[in-house]
Order: sequence, then structure tokens, then C-alpha cells
Amino acid sequence: MRVALFITCLADQFYAEAGVATVRLLRALGVEVDFPEEQTCCGQPAFNAGHWNEARHLAQRTLGIFQDAEYVVLPSGSCASMVKNHYLELLPGDGEALRLSEKTYELSQFLVRVLGVTELGKGLQGKTIAYHHGCHALRELGVKEEPLLLLKNSGAEILPWEAAEECCGFGGLFSVKLPEVSLAMADRKISTLPKADALTSTDAGCLLHLTGRMGKQGRNMRVVPLATLLWEAYAG
Amino acid sequence: MRVKAKLYPKEAARLLREQPGVREAVTGATLHFEANRKRAYQEIDAEAWRERARRVKDHLLTHLDHYLELAEKRLQEKGVQVHWAEDPEEAHRILREIVARHGVKRAVKAKSMLTEELGVNPLLESLGVEVYETDLGEYLIQLLGEPPSHIVGPAIHLALSDIQRLFHQRFGTPLDASPEALAAVARKVLREAFLTADLGISGANFLVAETGTLALMENEGNIRLSTSLPRVHVAFVGIEKLLPRFADLALFLPLTARAATGQRLSTYVSLIQGPAKEGEEGPQEVHVVLVDHGRTALLHDPEAWEVLRCLRCGACLNACPVYRQTGGHPYGYVYSGPIGAVLDPGLLGLEDTYPLPYASTLCGACYEACPVKIPIPKLLLAWRNRAVERGLAPTWEKGAMQAFAKVMQSPSLYRLLSKALRGFPLPQDLLPLLKAWTEGRGPLQPSPKPFHQLWQELKE
Repeated sequence: MRVALFITCLADQFYAEAGVATVRLLRALGVEVDFPEEQTCCGQPAFNAGHWNEARHLAQRTLGIFQDAEYVVLPSGSCASMVKNHYLELLPGDGEALRLSEKTYELSQFLVRVLGVTELGKGLQGKTIAYHHGCHALRELGVKEEPLLLLKNSGAEILPWEAAEECCGFGGLFSVKLPEVSLAMADRKISTLPKADALTSTDAGCLLHLTGRMGKQGRNMRVVPLATLLWEAYAG
Repeated sequence: MRVKAKLYPKEAARLLREQPGVREAVTGATLHFEANRKRAYQEIDAEAWRERARRVKDHLLTHLDHYLELAEKRLQEKGVQVHWAEDPEEAHRILREIVARHGVKRAVKAKSMLTEELGVNPLLESLGVEVYETDLGEYLIQLLGEPPSHIVGPAIHLALSDIQRLFHQRFGTPLDASPEALAAVARKVLREAFLTADLGISGANFLVAETGTLALMENEGNIRLSTSLPRVHVAFVGIEKLLPRFADLALFLPLTARAATGQRLSTYVSLIQGPAKEGEEGPQEVHVVLVDHGRTALLHDPEAWEVLRCLRCGACLNACPVYRQTGGHPYGYVYSGPIGAVLDPGLLGLEDTYPLPYASTLCGACYEACPVKIPIPKLLLAWRNRAVERGLAPTWEKGAMQAFAKVMQSPSLYRLLSKALRGFPLPQDLLPLLKAWTEGRGPLQPSPKPFHQLWQELKE
């Protein structure tokens, strides 16, 4: 099986290690991994802000780049949803968009639903984890149980978190168009956050936002993309 | 009413800075409502109920002319006087005429968002009519001279201490009076008003076309008193509030109650079938004013019409983490929160409400809560796209998006930017976008090497 990796621009720039972890994990599970080097951004920031012309050009680019892939896997729920759901709205009636939609998966979703892997190893034995459900993973992709299952089965304890399913306030351009509201939302997430060994999520944007805010408040906690933890689950 | 939606970003920031108590009060109350809704949805096959309700509303909206004619006919058969108002001015003319004909001195009002749209209170006051809001929350904000902050809980932004202070100033109650004591004071004032009012004003949760029945839901009993004690009752009904059949109430009454407050049914449901007949007690005249105020135009908008399914339950407000930070006032119009962000541009035009479609992170919690499955995130995106096409986006945003697209369409430019991000310290405090980010979150810290560079080492 061959997977084309869409690493997403935020992960490329800010969580490069999570990309490495994704490659290692997929290879360890017997999957061949491609990284089409022409890739940049899926267009989500432009699309969400209403700049559909700009977003459409980026969507068309992405369609071309992943045209021949067997599967496309992204370590990001919101970018995966952009490709899987919103390209169809942006390019109505485009057969290529439909084909790409059908073969696109967020990483944990791919592991559980396509590879049928529910246990990676025991590398997270005894670790406590706070899991932030990225909104688009949760509500647009329906990715809810997959990450939790993979983490739990590797020995981690998912701590109860009242605000686990609430938006963190990132929202792409929202974070700079309405910075005060965005920060108030982050503060609510952080004020209810349990003391865990790590905070994780599928989405780099949410994590950047929460890490920055926690740093500003002098709160220290390991914040790490899901892909990195899943590799640790496997490799120990 | 004066629309202040353009000020939304400034007003939201100001409120967070100057009135932190509002955030606390609204967060507490909405989380409570939201937990109740979730519990109430779990008891039923919520997905099936919502889908059914959606279909009924879509049928109604796609045959609206037919059902409006039917409703008018049935209402008239029951002795109800039916009026049509295309805009607030027409509604005012109708109300002014009724007030003059009956020499109305005092009116009691049941909570209604439509009457907020129409500015009924200022009109009545200008006519010398004393108006009492009779929903407790609405009465509180009337005393304060504020608009509602929430569709169902108009005073959701107030803390108990705010109300204690207000009643102390108005009625001389002690500053530590219990909620029960405060309610007793309000009850005394309002009871007097109910018994002496000449006119009762209400909205309607539903108007059944098949039977000409007005359905009103509440928990306090004040709507029943407002619509049955005064000799004249005027109900303002948005044309989208119709239901085709009487049997539809069996779905919509419990669904609305579950969505709004997590109740299986509201404490009171009033079904009004016209004025009192000979020998019966009740109003001698019942008027129904069917109000358009932008709705027909919205119905013909293929990208935005679905918002007209709205039942005004407020579930999306309770679910919305953005609304939760500020309550409704910064949105600057009657309807706030997620539904306001897609309804206000539809009713008032995008030019006067531009920032509202951006008052969301597109998290989708509103859609999950909505009893009639209004695809609010999809509608927000459509309004945003339209805002950009009409040139309403600020210059910095347009520039940033064009630059972003240019970079992202060219791998070589992208790689150059990637190098710049690491090579030179970015003037993070100079670029407005970056500044808005870094002020609350500190500087951006890229990975030592981007993934596309690490990939070269992984390739072998």
C-alpha cells in the first residue's frame, strides 16, 4: 500500500517532527510513503475567510499533485476536512475533487479505518494525556474515538476534561480578526485543563494557539501533535 | 432599532476588557443550558426529530404563499383580524390605529424578538402608552434600558448582584435580597399591570395554517396572562413562523423546549383560537400582524434562505463558544450569536452587518445543537465569500490573502519564505497580522528545520 503524505503548511513549518513521526509510523506499519514535494497549503485559511478565488487556485493545485495517489493522509483534522469536504463546495461537479475526497484521511482515521490498526505498542504506558478535539476533526470528519482508542491502547490514560470538545478559539484568521475573543476562548480551555503529561490534538493550529497562550501565562506543559505521540506509542 | 453590528469587533473587545462579569455570567448560564439540551436530546432519537422538523419547515418555506393564505382564511373564520406588515412602519401604523381606537393607556407585553425588530416599545411610549415587559428577564432589562442579550434569556448577562442593585435603586429592597424576594417584588408590580392593561402584545412561537392557531411557549405564565386578561390582544408573527398542520405541534413544541432549555415541554403552552365568544372570558379582539421585514427577500436568496427555518430557541447561542465570551450586546442587533451572524445580514443587508459572519471559528457546535439543522457554518462561509466579492474585506486582509495565495502557488516562493522564517528574525511587532497574534501568545517559533527539508534525510 502506498500513501501520499500531505503534511500541511503549518506542520511543515512549526511541527516538522510530527511529519517525521508520521512517516516513521506509516513505514513501520508496512506502508510505503510518498511526499510530493510540490505541495504547499490546502487553501483553508483563504476559504474560511471568504477568499474563494484564492482558495480555488490552491485546491486545483492540490488536486493535480495528489491525482495519482492511492491514499492521501494528513496529520491534521481541519486540512483533511478541507480536502475531503470543502473542495467539493469550492469545485462543484469536479470529478477529480470527488476522487480526492474519497481517498483522503486524517492520520488516526486512516490507521483505524483503513489499516484496521487499533494498537500500536505500549510506548505510552503510565502517561496521562489531555486530548483536545479539534472542531473540524470532531464535527466535520467524525474523528472522535480513533485518536482516543489508539492512545488508550498504548497504555496512556486520557484525563477527563470538561472543555475537551469545545473550540479553543484559534479559527485561522479569527485569531487575528478578533484577537480578544480568541484569547478569552483559549483561556477558558486552559483554565479547565487537567494536569497531564501531555496535551495533544490532531491540529497544529489549535496547538500553536494554546501553546502560545499557556507560555504567556507561564504555564508549562508538553504540547505535542497526535502524530508524535502515536509514534511514541509504537516506538516507546 | 439602530443597528450597531459594524462595531462588533470593537464592542466585543471593549466588553471583555471593561465588563468581565458579563463573560462569567453568560458562560455559566449557557454551559448550564447546553448541558440540559444535550441530556434532553439523548432521551430521544434527536437526529430523526431534527430531520423531520427540517423537512416540515422546508416544505412550509417552499409553499409559503399557500400556507399564508390558508392561515389568513382560518384566522378570519375564527374572528381574528389579520393584518400584513411589510416593514416596521406598516406595523407601527397598524398598532397606532388599534391604540387610538381603544384609547389604550397601558399595555403588557409577552417577550417577543420580532417586537424588538419592530421597535414596538419606543412606538408605544411615543404614543403615551405605559408598557410593561412581563417576562422576568425582559422586565429587568427594560428597567435597565438595555436590549436583550439572548433570544431566550434576555438578561443572561446579569449577575444576581446586578439585579439586587437595580431593585434596591428602584424598589428599595435590601442589597442582599434573595432571588425569591426579588421575584416577589416583580410579581406584585406586574400583577397590577396585568389587571389594569387595555392591551396585550405577544409574538408567537408558531402559527398553524391548517387551523389558524397561535402557539406560545413559556415557563412563567406571563404570556398566558398577557394574551388573556387585556381586552385586546395583538400578536406579531414573522411570516416564517408558520407550521402547516396542527399535528406538527406534537413535534415542534417538545423539540423546541428540548433545544432551548432541555425541558421535555415548556411549563405553559397556550393555543389561541381567536377572541372570546359570548359568555367566555378573554380578549374581545385578537389581531394577528403577519410581518415580512426582509423575510421574503431572504427566502429568494438561494445561498441564505435556510436560516428562515429558525425557531428562535437559542440553542446555537448556548452552544457557541464565541457568544459565550460576550453575550449578545456586541453583535449590535436583535439576533446575536451564530444565528444572528447569518440572520442579521439576511434581514438587514451585508453592508450594515459585515463583521457578523466573521464572529465564529466555524467550530460547528451551533449546527450540532440546531433543532432544524440550519447549516450555520455553511451559511457563514457563503456570507463571507459574498463579503469578499463585494469588496467589504479590509485592505490589509485582501493584501494578505493575495500574498498568501501567491506564495502558496509557487513551491519555490514557499521555500524562500520558509528560509526567511528561520533565517531572519521577522519584524513580528510591525506586521499588523503578526502583532495581533504575538501580543497574546508570544513570538512564533518555527521548527529548526521544516519538514520538507527533513524529508530529504528520510527519503533514503
